[in-house]
Amino acid sequence: MKNKNQTLTMRDAFLESIYQAMSHNKNIYFLTADFGAPILDKIRNEYKNRFINVGVAEQNLINISSGLASEGYDVYAFAIAPFITMRCYEQIRINLALTSSLKKINVNLIGVGAGVSYDVSGPTHHCLEDLSIMSLLPNFTIFSPSDIILVKKFFSHTLKNKNPKYLRFDSKPLGIIDEKFFNFNFLDGFRLIKNQSDKCLVTTGYMTHVARNINNKIKEKVDIIDFYSLKKFNKIKLFSFLKKYKSIVTLEESFEKYGSIENIVKTIMINSKKNIKYTFKGFENRYTFDVGDRNFIHKLNKISETDIISELES
Amino acid sequence: MTLKNLNTKYKKMRESFFAGLLKKTKWVRRETLLIHKISTATRIASSMSVVEIFVALFYGKILKYKNKNCKWELRSRLIISKGHGAICLYPILADLGFFRKEELKNVCKNNALLGGIPDPKIPGIETVNGSLGHGLGYACGVALALKEKKIKTNIFVILSDGELCEGSVWEGLMFAAKHSLNNIIVILDNNKTTMLDFTKNIIDIKNLNKILINMGWLVKDVDGNNIKKIYQTLFSINKNSINKPKFINANTIKGMGVRYLEGQQLSHIMSLTENQINDSFIKNL
Repeated sequence: MKNKNQTLTMRDAFLESIYQAMSHNKNIYFLTADFGAPILDKIRNEYKNRFINVGVAEQNLINISSGLASEGYDVYAFAIAPFITMRCYEQIRINLALTSSLKKINVNLIGVGAGVSYDVSGPTHHCLEDLSIMSLLPNFTIFSPSDIILVKKFFSHTLKNKNPKYLRFDSKPLGIIDEKFFNFNFLDGFRLIKNQSDKCLVTTGYMTHVARNINNKIKEKVDIIDFYSLKKFNKIKLFSFLKKYKSIVTLEESFEKYGSIENIVKTIMINSKKNIKYTFKGFENRYTFDVGDRNFIHKLNKISETDIISELES
Repeated sequence: MTLKNLNTKYKKMRESFFAGLLKKTKWVRRETLLIHKISTATRIASSMSVVEIFVALFYGKILKYKNKNCKWELRSRLIISKGHGAICLYPILADLGFFRKEELKNVCKNNALLGGIPDPKIPGIETVNGSLGHGLGYACGVALALKEKKIKTNIFVILSDGELCEGSVWEGLMFAAKHSLNNIIVILDNNKTTMLDFTKNIIDIKNLNKILINMGWLVKDVDGNNIKKIYQTLFSINKNSINKPKFINANTIKGMGVRYLEGQQLSHIMSLTENQINDSFIKNL
């Protein structure tokens, strides 16, 4: 079981949950903009009426999803992360965010390809803006998990909470974050790996795994706060955690200065009088055309494990 | 009663019905001019071209609705994709009891129910409007939902011809045809004028009807400012059970009924002066 969990992608874990639910919940529609996954074949064959491939048409994907949701259906819309957020941002703004101010719209946007997980596909497939722009939208829930345990836990919320959501999934299997979490409650929106350090890495998604790798390489292990719900989270608890540190470093596959985790920490800590050293690590505000794997791209953008270790030891 | 007498009686009833609708179009234009007098920020020319379409839909009883239960599941869905040109709908909705008539005096004022562009906080309005290219795709989702629920009611989508420049409209047109969404009726307010120019000078879609027919739509071409013809087209297409989505290409005149607007290249952004409104008001009496 452990092996399977280590090799299962977030996409497949979540689609499996949808597939299971569709057998008894006839209120679910699954729409894709011609983006696939092995388990989708089962959904496509068994639930023909409620599986729709709209074609390579992300704007229409959002509009149709909104129409279905306005009539009471729970909708999952599926595409590559940069395309399902940026190709159709105005459709998302009007037909999901704005419309859900006035009526219940349960559309769950599943974007696969967080950060630079589609490394060699180049900058069209790199997704560094999504967390920033999606966090801007009122009424939206933003879910950026680091492992499939969180993904599976989140599934029931996608049916229970009738508001639009953006789910940012990595394209690669990342494995499980299997450390013990301090005082963990899923609804807090984040979880703390406590090592009694006065330094803390605040991370989301793949960067939580980077943070964990760093802890395996350095002598004095640091605390890690793994963020997964970027708009709805326990602010009081977060402040109570963060105020104890002397140094806080945020890590995310977003552009620096515009990052979502970065802004959360800035907003929460704005009234803190304690002298804390803050470092906000993200990508430089430029596009990367250089070809290489994720580690190579991270190195180019000074967000590699080595860069972060240097920062922690400085 | 003889057959001849019956025919005569039926003919008189029909004439009376259309005379009533025609009277309503004049009344709606006057009321729309009054709203424009209250707020010159409203788009008057775009609202004038579509008057006959709304009058036929509401007073011709094409639409199914309950004025006090806007969420009634069996209602016809009216999606005004060209939301900027729909202030002429306000007097109709007020007249039919969707909201108080007093609201018409407050259009665009602070805290008013009615703004320059209608949105779903107004009883009778389904969608958030104002940006083009959203209504048809949304309607496709509604159409799928109603078919799944086996609710037999139609979805009416009002598009503008300028809106056809939006690629998302064509995504919707292709999808509706592929999925045979025969519960969708698109009405194109083809007033041939966009914000800055005549449509033909911008993107001149030649053979629009043929393109749509080839795509899989049932298409009807009609004079959209002739109340009798637009009503008859809507009536027949509303009853047509053909397994295709339906498209009415309603040829209209932007600013219809206002001589200061008709034929003007920039009519979309023109506001009328009080004298022009009063003059147009008299013409529409």
